[in-house]
Order: sequence, then structure tokens, then C-alpha cells
Amino acid sequence: MADLATIALTAAGLFFFVAGTVGLIRFPDTFTRLHALTKADNLGLGFIALGIALQAETWAQVARLGLIWALALLAAGAMAQLVARTALEREDAE
Amino acid sequence: MSLALDLALCALILGVALATVAGSGLFRAIVFFIVYGLLVAVGWVRLGAIDVALAEAAIGAGLTGVLLLAAHGRLRRLGTARDASHGAHLLSALAGAALAAALAWAWFVLPLPERPGPELAAAMPRAGVENPVTAVLLNFRAWDTLLESIVLLAALIGLWMLTRERDWSGRLGLPQHSRAGGVLASFGRVLPPVGLLIGVWLVWAGADRHGGAFQGGTVLAAVGLVAAMAGLVRPPRIGARLWHVALMIGPAVFVLAGLAGAILAGEFLTLPPPIAKPAILTIEIALTASIAATLAFLVLGPPEEGRAP
Amino acid sequence: MTGLTVFALTGAALVGLGFYGLLAARHLLRRVVAFNLIGSGLFLFFGAAGARGVGPDPVPQALIITGIVVALSATALAVGLVVVHARAAGHAVLPEEPEEPEEPKDEGAT
Repeated sequence: MADLATIALTAAGLFFFVAGTVGLIRFPDTFTRLHALTKADNLGLGFIALGIALQAETWAQVARLGLIWALALLAAGAMAQLVARTALEREDAE
Repeated sequence: MSLALDLALCALILGVALATVAGSGLFRAIVFFIVYGLLVAVGWVRLGAIDVALAEAAIGAGLTGVLLLAAHGRLRRLGTARDASHGAHLLSALAGAALAAALAWAWFVLPLPERPGPELAAAMPRAGVENPVTAVLLNFRAWDTLLESIVLLAALIGLWMLTRERDWSGRLGLPQHSRAGGVLASFGRVLPPVGLLIGVWLVWAGADRHGGAFQGGTVLAAVGLVAAMAGLVRPPRIGARLWHVALMIGPAVFVLAGLAGAILAGEFLTLPPPIAKPAILTIEIALTASIAATLAFLVLGPPEEGRAP
Repeated sequence: MTGLTVFALTGAALVGLGFYGLLAARHLLRRVVAFNLIGSGLFLFFGAAGARGVGPDPVPQALIITGIVVALSATALAVGLVVVHARAAGHAVLPEEPEEPEEPKDEGAT
């Protein structure tokens, strides 16, 4: 049961990663690309972390997976803001 | 199944490395190199070398990436970041291919080692720590690590010698300009506590599990860099005495421990088993402080307060 | 073919790629990056060689960790030199090599 749920959840995570990557390649400008990358990939990472958490043996491992996800979320969000502002400034300069 | 995973991973590593070398543009090459470092770290996990994977992810991908990106920024300010395209160099390609082929040949003719480490396994009970990599780094081959910590210092002194006269009394690195209360400043407030915890944990756990002074020190250096970029702390000046102590304390404690070993056990850098664990921990803590300070200063670079000439 | 062989051959190919980059790249910072590729490839080769037998041998691992740290410090110094060179010379790109090497005799004569 847990194995099936893991497979389903990681598959869902992979789907979001693929969607995010397609967006990154296909979208026309920096802002839409960032949108695809941060939103879809954070969701994908969440699904994968959840899927792996079902295989964890101790609660400490689950907590660590949660910490990894939270840190990745925080970093992705902050970096997306910084990249977007740089792109905006560069656009204004042109 | 696992072979398929290894093959896919290695194909990815090689593809990204090719993009690093042959792609166009300096910035792109740097970004691909960072991705490369992360993939290689996964490769080290696959090889079962967790301590190396930690070091590669933190140093190879993380700090080297920051260093190269900062260098790109400096070169762009100087108007020298534009890359000239290099066409296909037939001779260079041949030389590279020949080197790769020679190494591949060496792999297949290399004699299999006798079962590795019977001496090491026999010596482990005397090491004082349970992580064999830490035991090798700080006990059995402590000479290497002592000299390495001095190499780090030498590199830093070399880097500082490149400072211009008028920048000498300035703060290390480029002036940072993050907006107070902006995204980076908030990020820089959230991350350091977590990073400090992870860095100290890596050092502490490194004695018996995976981690160690280098990995922990790198994480601590990264914490300092994030705090500096976020404008929370200002980088020190070259002449700051307190930081000189931080830079020197690791090698100094290491040498003192070595001398103590010379007195107690009759040989320089030999740790007698009863005091091995406390000695290693003391050396590791001092070494972590020095590694963190040295790496952070190496990545910040020499002071450069003035505008580009 | 085992996983170790895959990683060792990857390491060998990385050394070759890095060597190509070191010779062919014209921007100095890209040469530094290429040099790092060589080092990283050698570590991978060495690590795979050390993992034969009963499993990963701690001695090569410790040496590789030492190597990674030293590579960073050397890279920092090299990057510093590149920036200083760029500041002094106004460029960080090596000049295009002349198609035919000039003959030193002529220079001496004139």
C-alpha cells in the first residue's frame, strides 16, 4: 500500500518537474519562465518528498525531508524574486 | 536497474560537462559548471563516498559557483566578461581525446588492489573516532591535513597580495548593495540559524558518522557569505586582528597537538589512543573555525571598494 | 561492465573534456573552469579506483576531500589573478593565435 502510494506520488512529482521544464524551455520571457520553474518544481519536489517520506523508517527522517523541502521552497522563492528584479532592472535600462 | 541509473547519471554528467566546455558564453559555462558539481555529488553518493559527496556539493558546486559568479560580476564591471568564440580546435580535441583514452586504458590494465585497508581496519580501534574518513584525515594521515590547512592560508595570502594599494584598508570583497527589508535581506535572516545548526552538526557528527571539519566549515563559510550578501554583517578588513586569530587557530592547534603527540607518544602528530577522541575533536573544532574563515575570505576576494577604473 | 567502470570511464572522459577546454578556450575564466573539470574528473577516476574490492576505501576518500578543498583555494587564487589581469590589460581573452607563426629571424633583422 505504502509502495503504491510512493509510486503514485513520485510519478505526480515527476509530472510537475517535466511540466516545469517544458515551461522553462517554451515560455517566451524571464518572468513566465520563473513562474513555470518555481511553481511547478516546488510542487513536484513536495510530491517526491511526500512519496519518499512514506518509505521512511523513523520520524526523524520524515522531519529531515520536510526540512529539505522547506529550505528548497524558501531558496527558490527568494531567488526567483532576485532574478525577476534583475531582469526588470535590465529591461528598464534598455 | 542500478547500472541503468549509473549510466543515465554519467551521461548527464558528461553532457553538462560538454556544455560547460563547448557551449557559448562565459556566464552559461559557469552555470553549467554549478549544475555539473551537483550531479557529480550525486555520483559520489552512488559510489558510496558520502563524505566526498558532501564536500563536492558544498565546495565543488556551492562555493566554487559563488566564486565564479562573483568573478563574472567583477569582469563585467571591467567590461571584460565577453567571451571570444573558439572554433573547433582539432589539435586540442585530439589531445583531449588521447588523454581520455590513455586514462581509460589505464583503468583496464590497473591491477586490482589487494583487499583494501586491512591495516586500516586493524588500526580503527585506536583512532578514537568511528568515521574512518575522519580517522584518516585527522589521525592516520594528519600530515596531509595539516599541510592542507597551511596551503589554504597561503592561497589566501596570495589572493590578498593582489589588492591594490588604495583598496588595502577597505572591506573584503565587492561592496554589497541589498535593500534593507528586501527579499535578500529577509532570506539572509532566515537561513543563517538553520545553516549554523547544520554546519555545527556536520562537524560534531563527523567524528562517528558522515561529515567533518571541511564539510561543516564550508557550510559555516556559506552562512557568513549569505549574511554578508544580505547586508546583515559587513565583511572585515584585511587588518582585523580578531580574524587573524580565527585564520590561524586551526593550524596552530593542529601543530600543538602534534607536539603533544611528540612528547607523549614519541612521534610528531601521533595521537595516543586514550586521548585520541578529545584531541581529534579539539583539532576539528579549531580547524573548522579556520576553514570557515579562510574559505569565506577566499570567496569574498580581495577588497575592492572603488569603482572600476 | 560494472557501475565502477562507468564512473571511471566518465572520469577519464571528463579529464579529456577539461583538457580540451583548457587548450581551446580563449577566455581566461573559462580556462579556470576547464581546469576544475580536469581535477574533478581525476577525483572521480581515483574514487572509482579506490572503491574496487570490498567497497569505498576511506584513504582515497580523505585524499579526495583534501583535493577538493585545495582545488577551491587554487581556483580562488587563479580567479583573483584573472581579475587583476583584466584590470591591467583591459581584456581577459587571449589574443587570436596568428595563422602562421612569425619567423623570429625577420624580427631580429629589422
